[in-house]
Amino acid sequence: MKEQLQKDFDNTIKNLSLSQKDIEIKKFYLDSFVNRGFPNRKEEDWKFSDLSQIIKKNIGELSFYTDYTSTNKIDTSVYVDGLEHNKIVFINGRIEKIDFDYEKKNQIEIIDQSETIDQFNNNNSLSDLNNAFTNKSFKVLIKKGYQLKKPLIIYHTTNSNIWSKNINLRLNFELDNDSSLRLIDLFNDTSEKNFLNIFYNFDLKENAILKNYKIDRFESKNIKYSYNNIEQAKNSNSETFILSSGSNFFKNEINTNLKGKYSSAFVNGIFSLNKDKHHEIRTTINHLTENTKSYQLIKSVLEDGSKAAYQGKIFVNSEAQKTDGYQLSKAILLDKTTEFNAKPELEIYADDVKCSHGSASGSLNENSIFYLMTRGLNYKEAKELLINGFLLDVIEKITDREIKNLIKNMIGVKE
Amino acid sequence: MREKEIEKLKDYKYGFSTDIENIKAPKGLNEDVIKFISNIKKEPEWMLNFRLKAFERFKQLKEPNWQKPKYPKIDYQDLYYYSAPKSMDDKPKSLDELDPKLLETYKKLGIPLQEQKRLNGIAVDAVFDSVSVATTFREELTKHGIIFCPISEAIQNHPELVKKYLGSVIPTTDHFFATLNSAVFTDGSFAYIPEGVRCPMELSTYFRINASNTGQFERTLIIADKGSYVSYLEGCTAPMRDENQLHAANVELIALDDAEIKYSTVQNWYPGDKDGKGGIYNFVTKRGLCKGKNSKISWTQVETGSAITWKYPSCILRGDNSVGEFYSIAITNNHQKADTGTKMIHLGKNTKSKIISKGISAGFSDMTYRGLVDISSKANNSNNYTQCDSLLMSNKCGAHTVPYIKNKNSESNIAHEATTSKISEEQLHYCQQRGLSAEEAVGLIVNGFCKEVLQQLPMEFAVEAQKLVGISLEGSVG
Repeated sequence: MKEQLQKDFDNTIKNLSLSQKDIEIKKFYLDSFVNRGFPNRKEEDWKFSDLSQIIKKNIGELSFYTDYTSTNKIDTSVYVDGLEHNKIVFINGRIEKIDFDYEKKNQIEIIDQSETIDQFNNNNSLSDLNNAFTNKSFKVLIKKGYQLKKPLIIYHTTNSNIWSKNINLRLNFELDNDSSLRLIDLFNDTSEKNFLNIFYNFDLKENAILKNYKIDRFESKNIKYSYNNIEQAKNSNSETFILSSGSNFFKNEINTNLKGKYSSAFVNGIFSLNKDKHHEIRTTINHLTENTKSYQLIKSVLEDGSKAAYQGKIFVNSEAQKTDGYQLSKAILLDKTTEFNAKPELEIYADDVKCSHGSASGSLNENSIFYLMTRGLNYKEAKELLINGFLLDVIEKITDREIKNLIKNMIGVKE
Repeated sequence: MREKEIEKLKDYKYGFSTDIENIKAPKGLNEDVIKFISNIKKEPEWMLNFRLKAFERFKQLKEPNWQKPKYPKIDYQDLYYYSAPKSMDDKPKSLDELDPKLLETYKKLGIPLQEQKRLNGIAVDAVFDSVSVATTFREELTKHGIIFCPISEAIQNHPELVKKYLGSVIPTTDHFFATLNSAVFTDGSFAYIPEGVRCPMELSTYFRINASNTGQFERTLIIADKGSYVSYLEGCTAPMRDENQLHAANVELIALDDAEIKYSTVQNWYPGDKDGKGGIYNFVTKRGLCKGKNSKISWTQVETGSAITWKYPSCILRGDNSVGEFYSIAITNNHQKADTGTKMIHLGKNTKSKIISKGISAGFSDMTYRGLVDISSKANNSNNYTQCDSLLMSNKCGAHTVPYIKNKNSESNIAHEATTSKISEEQLHYCQQRGLSAEEAVGLIVNGFCKEVLQQLPMEFAVEAQKLVGISLEGSVG
């Protein structure tokens, strides 16, 4: 893999006009990645999902260079119907379209950061990989007091032009005071056997509101890793919803730093898996100051050899008095081939806090099924109704009504 | 009167050391020392081989470093691995022949063997430094066919049992500290309860580290044969010393068909002084195997001592319908650190486990609950319930919860709950309104918080434990 990395790195650098200093920085990260390799189960954070093995098994040898000189044609059929929205379209990792037609032009700024190196560190080797290989990165700046009228949908599409490739993406968002953004990440692949490595950074200033919905719904043989870092100032609010369902492997990481008083973070997620899929969500909520709040709810329905893991951590440092932290994960295992692993973690250094977590996993309650069957439903209907209700609980947590309905329709959950 | 009492209890009650001449093995860890230990104990060859095999393995192992409480590196070559009171050379036949100074020590500890013999009806095996010094009530136990003796004696007299079970739960190929123990363990208790016998009294061991610079490595092996029942108590103390002392014991429990073992620990090793100087490193491996059908193993622990406590009493639920339980109170004060919890490994069908863990941290201390619940794909219809609550008593301490939950069986259920909070102002106010002082109110609330676990202890221990809880938190209110 080392030679391949070096060769692909040289090709990538060639197409970028970087200063010598920046090349050095990129080289540094390349070396770091070469040393560490893909994360494996020996690392605590990857205990339940050995990425190194998963890549070996599903893809084999990866290559890291993609030619971005030519444009790809956008297949407009992937666009979401029935919801007016702004768009950013990625095809095979290349930004093909940025469209904020519904918004006031002077309130949003798109800054091309390709020529500047902005480093990302999350202590795993995938950030090194991303730092070394990202070639275009943009920053979306929402100006003071501006609230986007329509949601922004980021389409992550890949097509059959790529195979056994590693794609690295990077986006930065800055939400200035009193601004708000609704963001949907939509994954849609027609390619197979690629590894997507996506890093987002959100910087929320005072009173800013971020709503981020990550939807991985379509069947795909690709392997995906997504890392969101969210910095929150006073009174800001972030809401993240993850639907983890379509890809062969997907690990979502959410890292939130609650740095300002009265800031709050909500993370909700659904695993709905079948066919030997393996997904993971890992959250870290850092309560760093007084009066902050976090709430997490993760529900899973697993069948047919699938595997889900949830690692959630609430960290409270000694200044963060009056913290309110809550976390709950529930899983239904529909058959014997499935597996659910959880590691809900509390690390607390302040005494005036209210923190709790709960985790439960097991089968569908036969008594409830029996009850429904006595009311005239057949076994299948009863089961579906129960699962429906189980998942609806999470979807009801979505605070944006328009998007809630969209997601409900997407996964066919009824009220 | 009350103040006087508090003053007395404020410091470590068991911090005296007894002036008794000791025989020590040469300092350091090597094959010769292991042979020396084996030789002095007149062990058969298979036992020596067991030790050497473990030592071979130990040399390849690296000291683990994933735990929360970090400690300065231990120099394993700078420890004495064997220390025995000299007067033990000619073993006393009965208690009356014991060194009076030893007896005095135990009296100070609150386990007057003589009195206990008469009054309590608890059979005691006391381990002083590394050697078992007295076993009471032996005759009464022999009547029922129960074997309760120091493990070194069991190696001589019941080799077939020891050979069969020693290392069957904690093999010589286990982790760093367990393997070290397998290589150098000096003594400990052995109990065998024959088929169908309900042990008529509580069995008890008292451990004490006396000599300085000594590691204590005792080994306990308890076998409950088919349909038997035993309740076993363990207590520990050590004198005050400035340096840290290592205690790495191994405890193996084996429950055959329909047998039940109840193992209770009140651990009160010297915790170090107020600034965190000195104290015991309590790195103990405790593991129980529910080997037979319908067997049950229950761990109860009250952990108040030690500079660092790092242990996870576990149950391997192999037999169908077997049950594992874990009840724990862990209290850390001043600069104490604890990383403790349990592992419940469900292998058999219809197995059940229950974990109740209560952590209280005060002062500058740090407390972690770390646990594993693993339900394998064959363990149909199994259940686990876990509850771990933490109470924080100051804003300089930490409380952490790190459970690992693995479910591979769709017919099985796991439920886990954890909370962290401080004593609420409302509760305090309510108690104080009724005329309790702040300190009494906190004591009452803490006792209520711990009640679920204290209830699991045998009567005599429950009283001691309740007192210990009070002592440990003394001065942390306000």
